[in-house]
Amino acid sequence: MVKDSPRNCRVGVDIGGTFTDIALDIDGVLHSTKVLTDYAAPERAILKGVAAVADLAGIALSEIDLLIHGTTLATNALIERRGAKTAFVTTEGFRDVLEMRTENRFEQYDLNITLPPALIPRADRFVVRERMNAAGKVLLPLDEASVSAVVEALAAGGYESVAIGFIHAYANGAHEAAVRDAIVKHLPHVSVSISSEVSPQMREFERFNTVSANAYVKPAIKSYLDRLVVSLKEIGVSCPVFMIHSGGGIVSVESAAEFPVRLVESGPAGGAIFAADIARRHGLDTVLSFDMGGTTAKICLIENQVPKTAKTFEVARTYRFRKGSGMPISIPVVEMVEIGAGGGSIASVDCMRQIRVGPHSAASEPGPACYQRGGRNPTVTDADLILGKLDPDNFAGGAIPLSIAASRQAMADDIGAVIGLDPEAAAFGTCEMVDENMANAGRVHTVENGKNIADFTMITFGGAGPLHAARLCEKMGISTFLVPPGAGVGSAIGFLRAPFGYESVRSAVFSLAGFDVAEANRLVESMEVEALGFVEGGLDTGEPVIERTLFMRYAGQGWDIPVPLAASRFDAGSAQKIAALFEMEYERFFGRAIEGLDIEIVSWSVKASSPLPPVARVAAIAEGAAVTPVKTRRLFEAAQGAFLDAGIHERESLRPGDVVKGPAVIVERETSTVLTAAFRAVVQSDGCLLVTRT
Amino acid sequence: MNQSMIDIHMQVMWNRLISVVEEQAQTLIRTAFSTSVREAGDLSAGVFDLEGRMLAQAVTGTPGHVNAMAESVAHFIRDIGPENIFEGDVYITNDPWKGTGHLHDITVVTPSFHHGRLVGYFASTAHVVDIGGRGFGPDAREVYEEGLFIPIMKFFERGELNRTLIHIVRNNVRESDKVVGDFHALAACNETGHRRLVDMLTEFNLEDLSLIGGFILKHSREATLERLKNLPHGSWSYSLDLDGYDEPVHLAATLTIGPDNVLVDFDGTSGMSRFGINVPLVYAKAYACYGIKCVVAPEIPNNAASLAPFDVTAPEGCILNAKRPAPVAVRHVLGHFVPDLVLGALHQALPGQVPAEGASALWNLHMSVRPVSDQIGGKGAEILMFNSGGSGARASLDGLNATAFPSGVHTMPIEATENVGPVIVWRKELREGSGGAGAQRGGLGQMIEIEAAEGFSFRFSAMFDRLGHPARGRDGGLDGAPGGVALDDGTVLKGKGLQFVPEGRRLVLSLPGGGGYGDPSRRPADAVAHDVRHGYITGEQAALYGKAEGKA
Repeated sequence: MVKDSPRNCRVGVDIGGTFTDIALDIDGVLHSTKVLTDYAAPERAILKGVAAVADLAGIALSEIDLLIHGTTLATNALIERRGAKTAFVTTEGFRDVLEMRTENRFEQYDLNITLPPALIPRADRFVVRERMNAAGKVLLPLDEASVSAVVEALAAGGYESVAIGFIHAYANGAHEAAVRDAIVKHLPHVSVSISSEVSPQMREFERFNTVSANAYVKPAIKSYLDRLVVSLKEIGVSCPVFMIHSGGGIVSVESAAEFPVRLVESGPAGGAIFAADIARRHGLDTVLSFDMGGTTAKICLIENQVPKTAKTFEVARTYRFRKGSGMPISIPVVEMVEIGAGGGSIASVDCMRQIRVGPHSAASEPGPACYQRGGRNPTVTDADLILGKLDPDNFAGGAIPLSIAASRQAMADDIGAVIGLDPEAAAFGTCEMVDENMANAGRVHTVENGKNIADFTMITFGGAGPLHAARLCEKMGISTFLVPPGAGVGSAIGFLRAPFGYESVRSAVFSLAGFDVAEANRLVESMEVEALGFVEGGLDTGEPVIERTLFMRYAGQGWDIPVPLAASRFDAGSAQKIAALFEMEYERFFGRAIEGLDIEIVSWSVKASSPLPPVARVAAIAEGAAVTPVKTRRLFEAAQGAFLDAGIHERESLRPGDVVKGPAVIVERETSTVLTAAFRAVVQSDGCLLVTRT
Repeated sequence: MNQSMIDIHMQVMWNRLISVVEEQAQTLIRTAFSTSVREAGDLSAGVFDLEGRMLAQAVTGTPGHVNAMAESVAHFIRDIGPENIFEGDVYITNDPWKGTGHLHDITVVTPSFHHGRLVGYFASTAHVVDIGGRGFGPDAREVYEEGLFIPIMKFFERGELNRTLIHIVRNNVRESDKVVGDFHALAACNETGHRRLVDMLTEFNLEDLSLIGGFILKHSREATLERLKNLPHGSWSYSLDLDGYDEPVHLAATLTIGPDNVLVDFDGTSGMSRFGINVPLVYAKAYACYGIKCVVAPEIPNNAASLAPFDVTAPEGCILNAKRPAPVAVRHVLGHFVPDLVLGALHQALPGQVPAEGASALWNLHMSVRPVSDQIGGKGAEILMFNSGGSGARASLDGLNATAFPSGVHTMPIEATENVGPVIVWRKELREGSGGAGAQRGGLGQMIEIEAAEGFSFRFSAMFDRLGHPARGRDGGLDGAPGGVALDDGTVLKGKGLQFVPEGRRLVLSLPGGGGYGDPSRRPADAVAHDVRHGYITGEQAALYGKAEGKA
């Protein structure tokens, strides 16, 4: 499908909450731009941005070979509850699974807690008589009369979209498919999603919620994607359009329109792919990406240049980013730990006279106190300013003048006066708390994955990431971090580096004692067909790579661990080999294996992806001399508890090989890289800052 | 700014210590075999100083364990003897009176050494799948029938496993692999905590926990006392009547709030039951503290200093202060009502801050599923489900539908339950009309129908309350619906004790709803109409609100 052209031109488009970022790569040279996101018609901002970036690159729109798009539209629709009029059809006896959740309060001590309402209200939830058992065998055949009654109710209710989720449909989706057929036959204009296709994983609440979310956003996403393709054609961009999904791969617009829930969190996935690409170019196998923006920080593990994925995640948390307060979505996803810690996070004093930071954020409006736009609460950005990490006259390229006096006032009012600290100490406390929170989250996450955080290299981006990276590395025991250029449009660049890929995940419990070889082969084959089906719609980039992962545990445990599988097919000796692999992984996670227990496979994953084109390793660079700073500024050194003179450098003026020694600040338009006294930076040939502890 | 720098340093370390115990708890969840731990969060984990005072505790966990475990480490230090504490040791008990209230809860304590010196202890508690005896249920007449009693002893000594203990355990419990596996999971999570603590001490260049411990306890004490100072001072009483096992039980409490302490006295409460619904005082105290703290000091973390001002007394031998050898296996049932009890008293001191009564006690269902004949050859299973009724309405909010309060556990997916053993859950959904009417409506209970798979039958241990004593409304709000236990052919079953469900019959559980808050006529008409439209209340019930069906 690629045009027979001497030049290869790809465009990445990331629609975010504030900006729509466009990155264009023409034969390895990058151009990028940002335009304001257009909420009414998001495609308008894309058209504008694509035209602008093509202009920058000096190419005609018709020369674009490929456009890859990621969007928060699906996520926002779920958070803001702006979706289609949707009905949910389920097994009789289970009408309230979406509403009963886990029957738990995610905050134990709040008597006035409110739980997030079900995505689909009770009056829009319908039941039919049918039942499968855990093995996928029919216990109760589908009752045609109850199906007809539901179809009538759906017609009468004027629903645009319907989600179907039956008990144990992950094991046998026949009844779901039959009800879908009945609905489509009578109501051809209604869009129908079934759980056995959208998310064939065990655990009814998660699966039902996932299929409901899919149905809820489907009409709007489909109409948006249709409009996008048409309007791109109208301005002369007639190349194929692909979508980035939450698992970090690329799928066709048709697949995306069918399974739009897979678009949730695709923007952050782009950031992780961006970091993974940097990791490849620098030959780094053990990387932690750290993306800190205005309201949250996100951490992702990238091992062997692949972002770590999970089978399930939670969106739209309603209670202080608390686990359990959002909607579970069971789809393969680039696994992010998200913390309510960003530049806008507000600092306060709690009843124990301790400084707390976040999760409330001053966001960009009214913004931190130093913006002087009406924000009165001290934020992390105010603390950064007081401590000398930010230049008051050169923030966002000088577009927003910052007032240190306003920061000091806010810090004095809300923190200093309450617990008797001067503004500097209060600012230091604020930064220490927010850094500590992020370091703890990172540490717990690596431990959960059986890793030691000190072994990682950090790749940091986002407006606030490079400001906090050095101190964070000190706290986590990390000795090296990289600050790539172009981090302001990192996700859009990441899209350009993503493989065509699709991961099929299914729940099916297999005991290794009495392992059913034929059944296992049949399952894996069908999953391969499914995954390849998505990939083959992509570009002809070579034989797809297939990765198979088993999720395993000792029978009786509730937590499963991923076990990568080398073999493509099973035979009589497989059970023993798989057991050995499992025990090896178990030891890595938990210290020691347990003898004499039955082992089982709970879920299966088959991922097909196009091979990534080889990248040129960034050549090692000869270190030049230490650069003399143009000026100096007082910068607070946390480890010493005192202000030191720090050199200020313009990133633009640095050349490959240049060395900058901490304490120093390297300033660029979108962020500043702070080097504490323990660190030094060497500018790499690709423009990355390689920062190491001396 | 030297002193302030030290202060900030201390705050950072306090945060870190909380992260350490959270990691400890997460390790337990990931490695535990017990369904109630891994799926339902029925556990606790914490770090203690040399005197056995708790410094920090994982947020993950359920209140009965959390506050009870706080007192257990001091027992360990006393019983093991300071001279017998060595590096590499791990201690264990399930003593209901020194641990967390019944034999099913195993508490493991690990001394933590840094540079060869004892610096503190890590403790964790988990509910294991079996402990021998009659199995989990209220039918025993003495604690001896309830299973194996492990007094405080060494599980490891200087790194050497106590094989005698394991041998005894293996020969006394059902599903011994899982039980022993959980002993190890508890030891492993303490080990995780210990390693993280050593990292932290090294990073902050500390020799022990005394500096940070003193800081934590001082700030927590001051914050708690500050709260107490601002409360109305005086005494208030409240009582509850409940089903009990074979005769109704009366729970009474007098709450006295003073300038620097809160005392709950259970005088007036019924004497002990002949069955295993008795509660050791440590467990009643745990839930009393929890209930009061929810109103008085919800954001102050649990530690020795923040719990110290709360005290509980009860006449010896009353059902909330059961003495050995009383049976105590299902002490959670009455224990879960203690918050309703103390909150009822607190409501008089602080009107408008306390919810109406709720279903409160979890409806735990323990099923033993067996093949009906030897020819079938299928495997039976022990299956435990946690189910919740409705919570009480709040002053300005409806109660929560089918949500655990005061317990902090989760329910398990029924798809997971059906993968554990041969049962079919035919129904698990909200029980329409079960929330007490009120300006704010009580939370709905739920309906559950369960049948053994073809070729199987099951017995189950009932431990359900509020069949005869529904959750009472507050300030004019009406009572929630009472619970019910029956077979699908209409046979009425008991709320407590072992019973049988034959092949082909379904067990039907109607879980109680929460009480309403405020006069129902004050509920806005659109809220009533909403409830009717969504089937939360029936059309007839709309009349309770003084409004015609759906319109009003």
